[in-house]
Amino acid sequence: MPAAPQRSNLPKLSLHVPEPKFRPGDEVDFSDVDVPAAGSASRPDSAADPAEFHQLAYTLVRVLGDDGQAVGPWDPRLDPDTLRIMLRNMALTRAFDERMFRAQRQGKTSFYMKSTGEEAVAVAAAMALAQDDMCFPSYRQQGILITRGYPLIEMMNQIYSNKGDKLQGKQLPIMYSDREKGFFSISGNLATQYPQAVGWAMASAAKGDSRIAATWCGEGSTAEGDFHSACTFAAVYRAPVILNVVNNQWAISSFSGFAGAEATTFAARAIGYGIAGLRIDGNDPLAVYAATQWAAERARTNQGPTLIEHFTYRAEGHSTSDDPSAYRSAQEATAWPLGDPVKRLKEHLIALGEWDEERHAAQDLELAEMVRKTQKEAEKNGILGHGMHQKFETMFEGVYEEMPWHLKEQMQQMLDEEAAAGRPGPKR
Amino acid sequence: MNMIQAINSAMDVMMERDSSVVVMGEDVGYFGGVFRATAGLQDKYGKERVFDTPITECGIVGVAIGMGAYGLRPVPEIQFADYIYPALDQLVSEAARLRYRSAGEFIAPLTVRSPFGGGIFGGQTHSQSPEGIFTHVSGLKTVIPATPYDAKGLLIACIEDNDPVIFFEPKRIYNGPFDGKYDSPAKNWGSHPGGEVPTGYYRIPLGKAAVVREGEALTILCYGTMVHVVANTVAEAGVDAEIIDLRTLMPLDVDTIVESVKKTGRCMIVHEATRTQGFGAELAAVVQERCFYHLEAPIERVTGFDTPYPHSLEWAYFPGPVRIGQALKKILKD
Repeated sequence: MPAAPQRSNLPKLSLHVPEPKFRPGDEVDFSDVDVPAAGSASRPDSAADPAEFHQLAYTLVRVLGDDGQAVGPWDPRLDPDTLRIMLRNMALTRAFDERMFRAQRQGKTSFYMKSTGEEAVAVAAAMALAQDDMCFPSYRQQGILITRGYPLIEMMNQIYSNKGDKLQGKQLPIMYSDREKGFFSISGNLATQYPQAVGWAMASAAKGDSRIAATWCGEGSTAEGDFHSACTFAAVYRAPVILNVVNNQWAISSFSGFAGAEATTFAARAIGYGIAGLRIDGNDPLAVYAATQWAAERARTNQGPTLIEHFTYRAEGHSTSDDPSAYRSAQEATAWPLGDPVKRLKEHLIALGEWDEERHAAQDLELAEMVRKTQKEAEKNGILGHGMHQKFETMFEGVYEEMPWHLKEQMQQMLDEEAAAGRPGPKR
Repeated sequence: MNMIQAINSAMDVMMERDSSVVVMGEDVGYFGGVFRATAGLQDKYGKERVFDTPITECGIVGVAIGMGAYGLRPVPEIQFADYIYPALDQLVSEAARLRYRSAGEFIAPLTVRSPFGGGIFGGQTHSQSPEGIFTHVSGLKTVIPATPYDAKGLLIACIEDNDPVIFFEPKRIYNGPFDGKYDSPAKNWGSHPGGEVPTGYYRIPLGKAAVVREGEALTILCYGTMVHVVANTVAEAGVDAEIIDLRTLMPLDVDTIVESVKKTGRCMIVHEATRTQGFGAELAAVVQERCFYHLEAPIERVTGFDTPYPHSLEWAYFPGPVRIGQALKKILKD
């Protein structure tokens, strides 16, 4: 193509490439992050028309104020026992993350991803759903499994790909699956679970069921085409689904500007689809609970889907393979204006006179010890690379319901290779 | 019945038998499909079981996977195989892997129907044969019928199958068999035995080829429209070929193929799809590995050329009677 002629009378175009405000070594100043006062957002009826949500898509629904009190129309008015269960589930998720991150660093497994700072997004949401509502999570909602009482040892067996792993060592660590607990098989491919959740919800509606679906993706994944198709389907069929966008500001090294955050909010995406959209303080467990409860009621009464943007912060690296100090200021996590969800719920319970620092410290110790003991149990089933894996044959099982001839042949080839190499089978 | 009616009948039969079967896709509901394959189904079974979708192939397949996870048995339609690519991630990364990655907890019992193949002046985006992309994906099954009878029996088997199936319908033969003579009057299925289709339930097992003509001179492996083009060309040339309609490409009926090639000593592979890394390459490898000492001539591949599917030069592109005839001469000369 020949070079375009220079037109000296027109300004030169320029390409805008977003850049995060702070890079490694920079002083962090989040004073321009708009944090509306707790209790200031309105709470429409759950049957309200999606057009009434424009303002809610640009503010932040917050319940817990800086003084630890719950205020405003979104206060879910949970009893102290429920609050303590919520706090425990979040603290347990954090303790589990700490232990498994260390297990990866010790070479016991290949990979791990923490959810530090985002525990409320999974735990409080799971508590607001019915146990049999179907969750289509991304890889950072381990708090759902923990909240629903999935055994920690099963999670660890999966992380270690050991002989106790019910996924037979087929999946990368943390790609859990549990049908029983309504936790859909996690895929490495981003946002694919979004239309799947909508489809599950449509099926539930078409069958006259009362169960609803909920799905989660990060703000980075909203750029995938699947996000768009899921929102379109959800709106068209008024599917009983909750579409959660966990805006933790970072998609590996890319700040949220690369998913469009410079121009708008993620909750505001809902407006264009005709979906109810809420933007909430994702580090406020009561706001997460209230919004999820509201969206669940909306879905269960055939009023259709809700998109919830959880405004939060990914406090740690993307994964054990990531070093966030290479692309963002180390001060960001501590300077984050919405604080730490565990600490905020703890302070709320203390403000209510239903908790104290001693009990909290004791609980942390108890949870750490429980996780440590469970880890010891899990390691009896083996850790990655220590031979206590699944039978060789399982590699070929489950590709199809019945194994076709070519896989049988390849399986025999593999067994012959193992015999020739003198490699022993898994220790039983 | 013609093939459209047979396909329609298969869905009708399965929707009647199994309330978990749902049909979805662009224009499939009220209108009954751009090829009429779903005509009348929405009237009969209601909008909650037969419905139109937004124009988003990744959405159609993604939503169908979620429905499958719920416990339904979705039969999504992709209007043309040329438009299946936006759904590739959902098919390859999700549907094909779901059983494996969840160790059987979740399955994707979908049947993705899609018209495919050329010979209709469809140009670049209404003629493609992308089966080789799908046969390469572990966890998917790929099925292609060549007659209305097979289309119905195979489609019923696909819908009942608990694995995800790509069901490619050769649209050139929707209304009648095609012998490759594009300038002759069109035929209908009325005079072809494959056009006799029972109205009720029957199934043709997946993974089983059909020997459509027994012979001694060579074995010809083909599927879809090419079964008819090959049969007619062989008859006119007076060659005693054994013609095998594969029907299921994955999993492949290797026994029928090997038995035939061992008998005839020669093997020709015919498909419309482009040549390089087309499914024919896999067939040639399988035959070479298993029948090497029985082969009396190199394996011949008669295929589309390695170009996008052209519009005006369709009949120079299409692997018709001339290309097949020359390959027959070559493979039989020794």
